[in-house]
Amino acid sequence: MSPAFLILLALGLGLIAWLAARARAWSFKRSNPGTRLAALPSYHGWYVAFWVVLPMLAFAVLWSVVQPMLVEQSVLANPAAADLPGFALERETMLAEARAVATGAAPAVFNPDAQRLVAPYREALSRFNLIGLIAALVIAFAGGAWAFLRLRPDFRARTKVERTVMALLLLASLVAILTTLGIFVSLVFESVRFFGMISPADFLFGTRWGPDPMSPAESADPSRYGAIPLFWGTIYIGAIIAMIVAIPLGLMSAVYLTQYADPRWRRVLKPALEILAGVPTVVYGYFAALTVAPAIRDAAIAIGIDNASSESALAAGLVMGVMIIPFVSSMADDSIAAVPSAMRDGSLAMGATTNETIRRVLLPAALPGIVAGVMLAISRAIGETMIVVMAAGAAANLTANPLEAMTTVTFQIVAMLTGEGSFDNPATLSAFALGLVLFLVTLALNFIALRVVKRFREAYE
Amino acid sequence: MVTNPISNAEPKMRARDVSVYYGTKKAIDAVSIDIPTEYVTAFIGPSGCGKSTFLRTLNRMNDTIASARVEGRIELDGEDIYESGMDVVQLRARVGMVFQKPNPFPKSIYENVAYGPRIHGFAEGKADLDAVVERSLRRAGLWEEVKDRLEDSGTALSGGQQQRLCIARAIAVEPEVILMDEPCSALDPIATAKIEELIDELRGRYAIVIVTHSMQQAARVSQRTAFFHLGHMVEYGETSQIFTTPRETRTQDYITGRYG
Repeated sequence: MSPAFLILLALGLGLIAWLAARARAWSFKRSNPGTRLAALPSYHGWYVAFWVVLPMLAFAVLWSVVQPMLVEQSVLANPAAADLPGFALERETMLAEARAVATGAAPAVFNPDAQRLVAPYREALSRFNLIGLIAALVIAFAGGAWAFLRLRPDFRARTKVERTVMALLLLASLVAILTTLGIFVSLVFESVRFFGMISPADFLFGTRWGPDPMSPAESADPSRYGAIPLFWGTIYIGAIIAMIVAIPLGLMSAVYLTQYADPRWRRVLKPALEILAGVPTVVYGYFAALTVAPAIRDAAIAIGIDNASSESALAAGLVMGVMIIPFVSSMADDSIAAVPSAMRDGSLAMGATTNETIRRVLLPAALPGIVAGVMLAISRAIGETMIVVMAAGAAANLTANPLEAMTTVTFQIVAMLTGEGSFDNPATLSAFALGLVLFLVTLALNFIALRVVKRFREAYE
Repeated sequence: MVTNPISNAEPKMRARDVSVYYGTKKAIDAVSIDIPTEYVTAFIGPSGCGKSTFLRTLNRMNDTIASARVEGRIELDGEDIYESGMDVVQLRARVGMVFQKPNPFPKSIYENVAYGPRIHGFAEGKADLDAVVERSLRRAGLWEEVKDRLEDSGTALSGGQQQRLCIARAIAVEPEVILMDEPCSALDPIATAKIEELIDELRGRYAIVIVTHSMQQAARVSQRTAFFHLGHMVEYGETSQIFTTPRETRTQDYITGRYG
């Protein structure tokens, strides 16, 4: 019983229910022409259709979890399963093989012993499929009949439908929230395992990073798990170098666009600037790695710095800064535009120039919005991966020299997870601890930014 | 139509055949008027009659509207303010403005008043600036209410106080003319009465032009009234004469409430 079939069946039944219930509502009207229905006939239709489709789908979701367990139990109860090996892993493998053949996912069994289980499996599958289908139909009909019998001329189907729609919308929004929560929980879970092997103090305050995925988990050297160089690299590239580029350029372009630009120019320039935000970061990445980084190295060598490497924090930071410009400028643009024009007029009427008005009135008034934009930009920059993977290098250097290779939290997460290490090795697990720190930092930045924006909005309501 | 200038003294501002266009639409048609220092001049008329537009030509605030174009001649002390050599920044320092909705900057009360003197370099040193701020707030009748909380935000004041703060802010740059664009339309009657009292106190020191919707207000605060209708200045004269024996039937119709 495939899910697609069940959904189509549910929708088909729902349509029939909808038509039937609507016809019933019309019949109330026809049989007694003077009455006014409490809800339009189509609401009666929706009400019954919901009662057919929703319980059925809920059952289908539940059944998809329960059915495999029931099938397995019934197979194990079969005499053919009596001489299955006792070792759990072996037994699981054989069951999985038989299941794959029975459902048609595999052409034949690899282990001849599993062949005996295929027939019972097939039989159990078709039996429980049938049971599931019948149960789903019974539930659909029961729901539909109950709802149908409640229809009366004065039945308030409209409010019931309204409430159901609200519940569905709530469910939809919960999905996103629950996913975030799930991500967080899984990060915490894996991080706890990591911190069981490496103490948080070593991780958060150690200054040497060089996990060895190949060394046995029991003898992990805590002194190789100091994440300070990664945090420093992340902050140096994402929050310092990138912001030195992005804040002035973003702010100045926002001021130009809102205060000076001719409307025709603005119509061209603003979308052009926003295109920057649409460039895939991997494209920025190779621009940084193939164009900017060599140029910086050559420039450094030209002015006499001969140990400049071809991968540098400066290259990654500069390109990241360019990538972030549209974030800063569009937030700044919005918040400058949100300052009431009465402020601007007031200042101009005092005899201030446009420039004085911007510096002394508009920018201070728009500051909270600008700060929020910068914070969002920082959280975006420190979470950015592709550019640093391609241009910043992999060496965990703790240095302030922007010409040296540096590495970031995101880069190391990629490196640790795509390596050869197994999932009980602290080197691999360190990716989760790093992810958790990054998640918490960006969460805090976004939270503060949203609070600031909110307060700012209130100031002009 | 040139209406006869009533004042004997040399007028502070003089407008001759001033027309304003927004794009191709004519908003003001050939208005001529003299604005004296010793009287308060009121512009009245129904909504959309062009009185605010005309007010804004007097300190070139229309410049901020890209499509606006001004024809004719407007003089401040005999000098054409639309001439290419005119420094708009200097002009606006001499012709201050108070807006319909109080628009204090989101800064402290002190900084609001100090804004103009600071950008124009009027005050030398902190003590001097303090003196300017105090004098301006006193003249605007706000000093006693705010002297203990000059560091509070200007936006935290009540509407009437905010408007007096805006007047103080305008006074602080020692303008020669103050333009008021319906300064009381967002205020309650008590705050309105205070502003009107203040306008009366400021009369004679500055040439004051006030645009108002309220004929009672025009009657209370002004000595000269100009009636605008559909972009024309219909009639200009002594306030008492305009309200008792208007020469034009349109003025008569408006002040008796037949339209507007």
